[in-house]
Amino acid sequence: MQMTAEEREVNKVAAKSGANREIFLPPERERVKDGGKPHVSAKNFSIFYGNFEAVKKVNADILSKYVTAIIGPSGCGKSTFLRAINRMNDLIPSCYTTGTLMFDGEDVYGRYTDEVQLRKKIGMVFQKPNPFPKSIFDNIAYGPRLHGVKDKKMLEEVVEKSLRKAALWDEVKDRLDRNALGLSGGQQQRLCVARTLAVEPEILLLDEPTSALDPKATAKIEDLIEELRGSYTILIVTHNMQQASRVSDYTMFYYEGDLVEYAPTKQLFTNPRDQVTEDYITGRFS
Amino acid sequence: MSSQKEQRPVAGNRGYIRQKKERTIDIVSRRLAQRYRKEKRFKLYGLFSIILSTVFLAVLLTSIVSNGYSAFFQTYIKLDVTLESTMLDRENLGKSDFQGIIKQSITKLYPEVADRKSKRELYALFSSGAAFQLRETVMKNPGLVGKTIPYWVPADDDVDMLMKGHSKRGVPENERRLDDRQLGWIDKLVDQNRIEKKFNVTFFTAGDSREPELAGIWGAVKGSFFTLLVTLALSFPIGIAAAVYLEEFAPKNLATDFIEVNINNLAAVPSIVFGLLGLAVFLNFFGMPRSTSLVGGLVLMLMTLPTIIIASRAALKAVPPSIREAALGVGSSKMQMVSNHVLPLALPGMLTGTIIGMAQALGETAPLLMIGMVAFIVDIPGGFTDPAAVMPVQIYLWADSPERAFLERTSAAIMVLLAFLIMMNAVAVIMRRRFEKRW
Repeated sequence: MQMTAEEREVNKVAAKSGANREIFLPPERERVKDGGKPHVSAKNFSIFYGNFEAVKKVNADILSKYVTAIIGPSGCGKSTFLRAINRMNDLIPSCYTTGTLMFDGEDVYGRYTDEVQLRKKIGMVFQKPNPFPKSIFDNIAYGPRLHGVKDKKMLEEVVEKSLRKAALWDEVKDRLDRNALGLSGGQQQRLCVARTLAVEPEILLLDEPTSALDPKATAKIEDLIEELRGSYTILIVTHNMQQASRVSDYTMFYYEGDLVEYAPTKQLFTNPRDQVTEDYITGRFS
Repeated sequence: MSSQKEQRPVAGNRGYIRQKKERTIDIVSRRLAQRYRKEKRFKLYGLFSIILSTVFLAVLLTSIVSNGYSAFFQTYIKLDVTLESTMLDRENLGKSDFQGIIKQSITKLYPEVADRKSKRELYALFSSGAAFQLRETVMKNPGLVGKTIPYWVPADDDVDMLMKGHSKRGVPENERRLDDRQLGWIDKLVDQNRIEKKFNVTFFTAGDSREPELAGIWGAVKGSFFTLLVTLALSFPIGIAAAVYLEEFAPKNLATDFIEVNINNLAAVPSIVFGLLGLAVFLNFFGMPRSTSLVGGLVLMLMTLPTIIIASRAALKAVPPSIREAALGVGSSKMQMVSNHVLPLALPGMLTGTIIGMAQALGETAPLLMIGMVAFIVDIPGGFTDPAAVMPVQIYLWADSPERAFLERTSAAIMVLLAFLIMMNAVAVIMRRRFEKRW
């Protein structure tokens, strides 16, 4: 396969970070401007629950402004890895990490890293839609208010902008003061995306965002991811391999805590290098 | 269902084997009747328990109400009181001889009673509080001096009991509280329409008294109010702060485990032990005044704290982790997560726990005995440091009194206490509804 100059550039970065494998940019997709720099990089990064090593010595760079999917069977550590990036695992008392995880040149688990600030920059959307039991407006405005926006006009602007980005504005603009729990599951999930976008994060972590939704709502979320591609670095954990192949530029395959394969999505799905990967994506086990 | 299936044609060897081997569906349908019987039996047990407890509750309530409702009425006797200006010093009304005026009015009704012994028996038909009540009326209304007014005075409790039919006329005279002559006097009052049962205002406005017809529950109600106010004001914030810290912030280690075990144990400690603790700490060590609402409230606070902490922790645990994750995910600090999301969602449960604790405190007697709240207190408490009784203690005191009239007052006081408990529960329900609606 012929490499373009841009791909060579990206691969140089990838090689420097220890990824030690060729990374191809997806040829059929639109290239992202200013993208492809390592945004989050893990070096010998392990996550433990007590004595159990849930994620084993991962070395990987997550490239900025691209969509990276994480796939793998249940219990393989993919959610654990995702939640480690914005230190959500801090809630679990027995959880600790070794190795380093860098975000924008800053050690995520460093002694002086403030996890509250980190989470502002790394937004997260969860498996089950979890809007606050408040009005739609308050749901979106909660984050900006936390970070000090008090002006009503500015809040309204942020709410509209975020809802538009999440493709929800037209559906809810007349009932912003209604309780968010009255929305359908798909709308709730998009509301959660909007709520995350409202604090202007740099990275979006999506933890199986469509597993609780019907196909129609799933399609909307996928469209949304497509829409956001290029503006945010997006990491999506999914059980649905079609989804991974549809929405992502790169795919990581985890198996029993190991990062088995990490490649451009097309390459991983059409020409996997590892036997386990092939067995998994062809459905020999799941 | 199974017979239909048996009729289906079976072919070849396989069919033979299938016939021989019992199918799961047959086992299930055979067991089905048994399972339904079991379920029915279980339902019946439940129904029986509910009926049994309802019957007990009904018996309890009927006995209390039938014993106590008559205490809401009191026998009054009409006297024609002449407020002669010679007997009343206008400048110094308070010190005038109202006892004398009452006695005069009584003797006017019964001119035939002359000797001192008979007079004393006659006066015994009227409450000794009559003079005080007349004094208050006249003090409030000095224009009455010089006039003759019809005035209703409370009858003595023995007369009251007779009129309510609690003491019988048929018993031999020497076993009766009232002799034949006194009965005659009462009959004369009845003939003249001078005796009547009226709503017992005194019961709801007076403090305790040795005389049943003058005794009221108001002092105890106010005492309970002040006591519970102290309890609530201290145990609610302390309990919730402790619960939030233990549940949300405290590291899980040996020390917090130890604290948790101790809180659970404290909830089961007999309440009188808290009374002893209060006696030792608040009265003896800190030298606070005994028999007061302040100390009572502090002791009850110690008692209700474990209940509130346990209920609040359960309410906090019930808040779904997804809400916490959502709050943290948009970059709120732990404190903001707790105060903006977890606490409001847990509040209804916390309030329920608090009200349960308060209801428990309202009905508590034993610990208050240890700090001297069992004293006979006539005055209505005006503040936290006044000597006070509380409702359950008042009930206990009255139940202990020999007079027949205190029996009905005991039941009436229990009714008042139950009414307050029902009110508190209603408040809890309303508050829970309101908070849940907002969220």
